[in-house]
Amino acid sequence: MESEQLFNRKGYYRNSYNSIASASSDEELLDGAGVVMDFHTSEDDNLLDGDATSPGSNYAMSNGGGVVSSTTHLLDFLEEPIPGVGTYDDFHTIDWVREKCKDRERHRKINAKKKESAWEFTKSLYDAWSGWLVVTLTGLASGALAGLIDIAADWLNDIKEGICLNAMWFNHEQCCWGSNETTFAERDKCPQWKSWAGLILGQEEGPGSYIMNYFMYIYWALSFAFLAVLLVKVFAPYACGSGIPEIKTILSGFIIRGYLGKWTLLIKTVTLVLAVASGLSLGKEGPLVHVACCCGNIFSYLFPKYSKNEAKKREVLSAASAAGVSVAFGAPIGGVLFSLEEVSYYFPLKTLWRSFFAALVAAFVLRSINPFGNSRLVLFYVEYHTPWYLFELIPFILLGVFGGLWGAFFIKANIAWCRRRKSTRFGKYPVLEVIFVAAITAVVAFPNPYTRQNTSELIKELFTDCGPLESSQLCQYRSQMNGSKAFVDAMPNKPAGPGVYAAMWQLCLALIFKIIMTIFTFGLKVPAGLFIPSMAIGAIAGRIVGIAVEQLAYYHHDWLVFREWCEVGTDCITPGLYAMVGAAACLGGVTRMTVSLVVIVFELTGGLEYIVPLMAAVMTSKWVGDAFGREGIYEAHIRLNGYPFLDAKEEFTHTTLARDVMRPQRSDPPLAVLTQDDLTVVELQGIISETSYNGFPVIVSKESQRLVGFALRRDITIAIENARRKQEGILLTSRVYFTQHAPTLPADSPRPLKLRSILDMSPFTVTDHTPMEIVVDVFRKLGLRQCLVTHNGNVLGIITKKNILAHLEELKEHTAPLASAWYYHKKRYPTSHGPDGKSRPRQHHVQLVPSFPGRQHSDDDEESEEEVMHLLDGRSFTL
Amino acid sequence: MSSRREHGSRFLLSCLLFVLLCEIVSFANASKSFEDVRCKCICPPYRNITGHIYNRNVSQKDCNCLHVVDPMPVPGHDVEAYCLLCECKYEERSSNTIKVTIIIYLSVVGSLLLYMLFLLLVEPLIRKHEPYIQPLHNEEDSEDMRPQHEGGAAAQGRANTVLERVEGAQQRWKKQVQEQRKTVFDRHKMLS
Repeated sequence: MESEQLFNRKGYYRNSYNSIASASSDEELLDGAGVVMDFHTSEDDNLLDGDATSPGSNYAMSNGGGVVSSTTHLLDFLEEPIPGVGTYDDFHTIDWVREKCKDRERHRKINAKKKESAWEFTKSLYDAWSGWLVVTLTGLASGALAGLIDIAADWLNDIKEGICLNAMWFNHEQCCWGSNETTFAERDKCPQWKSWAGLILGQEEGPGSYIMNYFMYIYWALSFAFLAVLLVKVFAPYACGSGIPEIKTILSGFIIRGYLGKWTLLIKTVTLVLAVASGLSLGKEGPLVHVACCCGNIFSYLFPKYSKNEAKKREVLSAASAAGVSVAFGAPIGGVLFSLEEVSYYFPLKTLWRSFFAALVAAFVLRSINPFGNSRLVLFYVEYHTPWYLFELIPFILLGVFGGLWGAFFIKANIAWCRRRKSTRFGKYPVLEVIFVAAITAVVAFPNPYTRQNTSELIKELFTDCGPLESSQLCQYRSQMNGSKAFVDAMPNKPAGPGVYAAMWQLCLALIFKIIMTIFTFGLKVPAGLFIPSMAIGAIAGRIVGIAVEQLAYYHHDWLVFREWCEVGTDCITPGLYAMVGAAACLGGVTRMTVSLVVIVFELTGGLEYIVPLMAAVMTSKWVGDAFGREGIYEAHIRLNGYPFLDAKEEFTHTTLARDVMRPQRSDPPLAVLTQDDLTVVELQGIISETSYNGFPVIVSKESQRLVGFALRRDITIAIENARRKQEGILLTSRVYFTQHAPTLPADSPRPLKLRSILDMSPFTVTDHTPMEIVVDVFRKLGLRQCLVTHNGNVLGIITKKNILAHLEELKEHTAPLASAWYYHKKRYPTSHGPDGKSRPRQHHVQLVPSFPGRQHSDDDEESEEEVMHLLDGRSFTL
Repeated sequence: MSSRREHGSRFLLSCLLFVLLCEIVSFANASKSFEDVRCKCICPPYRNITGHIYNRNVSQKDCNCLHVVDPMPVPGHDVEAYCLLCECKYEERSSNTIKVTIIIYLSVVGSLLLYMLFLLLVEPLIRKHEPYIQPLHNEEDSEDMRPQHEGGAAAQGRANTVLERVEGAQQRWKKQVQEQRKTVFDRHKMLS
């Protein structure tokens, strides 16, 4: 990290102010491990989508050009728009307020023009409809891609075992689809499907063929895993992982270029299939959300309304994530609620409707593709009709406790492991790690039939209730049927047969195996979702509990609880339902979702009568999990990676003031500001090249440090470059002014440069005595990027989102009473006005010229400051 | 430049639409073909008859035990009782969709593999003389020291022919991937 800093600083001086992006500013993210992070970038292209523009053409960006500068009350719209102004760098946070203003202005403009001509009217119609169009396209694409992933993953997964001889594109089930040779006991055997042993050795049974199958299983698992990690590493490193923490961060207003780009989409789709097929303990549901968001981002480029406005784009992404969950679980409503509860940051009603529509379209497309051949959207769709009884709430709540404990344990263990990967040398070998984990998984998984099969199929088997039509091992009860009973529905509880006991211990082993492997799998550098393994763990535990309760009810039907509800010879316990409740509880413990999870699960079952057990279990699991740690796995990963995510759910309960958080602090170097009309171009460039801050407040003059506005570093750079290319007579000694009219200049001076169009005239300000709870609320609710701190109208400092996050982190670590700290600051910071109530005269003025002695403070850049500016003498200023 | 970006995204969009179209076309074409419908009846063990699965290709309205279970294993008076136990399900699939999907998937994986081999093996050999091409697996941070212009300005200045433009885009893409790789694998700032 040190050396990187060094490199960057070198590059920095060399490219002087051209490399506006190498600023190490927005980036000092908070690290859960306490390590200060920095995102260095040198690319400068369009937002979110990484591979779209050239890095060398910083200043010819079309994003946002013309839109910003037309915001009447913010910016001067008489100026012709400068292309590129109003866009963001990689790893920067967006300003929601500014983006929303931009959109309203654009809307007003289109509305005003609407009546002029038929063409303008059509354009306004197109604009009004583009929101629905883009979510329709997103839904179509995510549905189609989900179908592709489902079909390909099923096929590739079965390739591990064998191949369909007459049509190699069929998976095992489809291969035997029309076959008449299947028997009641062995439903998946048919001559068309050949196992590898049968194909290579010519015999299907025997120890030799077992070993051969074992070997081929491991071979295929390893090759799929290797291929997946290789593709990820070579083509799109951003395609690894689940993607939900990053999408949450992006939706909260962060720019990660390339994260939702087309290469990420392509590679994620392709490697997701490989990763699922490799038998690793992971699922495709989380990555499907990422895939859908990529589709949303790519389609939003077709519509200027969305491609040029980061806040509007995030509305599309919210809808896309709903579509993703909709196709992942076949639960359109659950998808909308997931988007609302878990991932979205800003979710107006309009987005709700669009999410609903996107989810609908996606589900419809997936249903038409019919990837599983069961006319359902998911493999493990089940239908129960048996009722449940009140006493069963006790085992359901116990399952909830288990889910909460598992969630807390998993989060702790997985974060510890990921931190180890992040901070030690062991993280240097991602490919080896994947292969190693895949090898262990394959070697251990094969002997146990419950771990050998696809996890979705395992969940399906566990969810399915035993009926007379079932022949699986789990349903081998000792039959008391004497053949004369001719009813199907009411299967009485029966004593477990040897098959069930065998299944029990196999399931116990599978449970332990899944628990261990999932901890090490989540975080590998392949696309890896968490939903399916968590659900599998819960389903296994639930099924075990269900069978236990069932046997209890059989052997002790004279107990009070059972006597009341469970008559002899009737079916009162449904083990499949327990599996489902367990799955929901475990998923709830890991993700800490509640409403959306219950809705997703009940959409899976198509029965409303199980909502109460599900709610009880999910709520219990959330309570138990929250007792051990309040954050879900996604928040934990956000914190581990230090993304700038300001959680809207947490409450700020401390008593600090704005000036305790603002930069510059007491010990910091003084800050840089710009004056509105007495800087030259070279001086401005000097300030920009010597500081790494992303924005500078503009003040009236050195004498009166009253606030005029706020100018972003990126905009200034772009504007100067643009002016020097396009306007004649702009020299290095030209005067720069932010005022409406040019200052009076000597006759021989070169033409001045007007930069009013890039000046934000309405920066958000608070006074230095504003309590931080208000400031945090303002940041959360308005989605601010930065906020200036003033005293008597004079600029004192700045608070950015990163500062607030750093502050929150600090407070979390030192939970000492804060009053003393505040008192300490109060003592150290006398008010900025003198004893007579007037502002103290300032002996030192704002430092603006390149002779600024700020070179020595290069190590300060590692501190977490964003758009902090230097005033020469911070102490005298903040006094 | 923005036109190039649009070009790129349009290319991808057309690919996506193509996949979509293939899915839809294949679905529309073949969903009703002969082997793509079945009526599957599962009959559990009954008296001394073992359980059996019947699989027939009949229309949806004929999908019941009486039409599908043939030959009937029980005498006439027992047929009703036996058939009450059986569960018949009418199912459709589209084998063409599956075929097209698998073929698309395999060809995408194949072309990615070929391209990867090209990038890793062939290209370094071809371009040995061009000093600014970095090998793809670069673990050091050396490109921080590289001159700024190589990826961008140079490529843009001579972006005349289609080939050169493609090459420029490829270079830019490579740089971006390298940056991503450093972020994810070396610095562990994301996705760890």
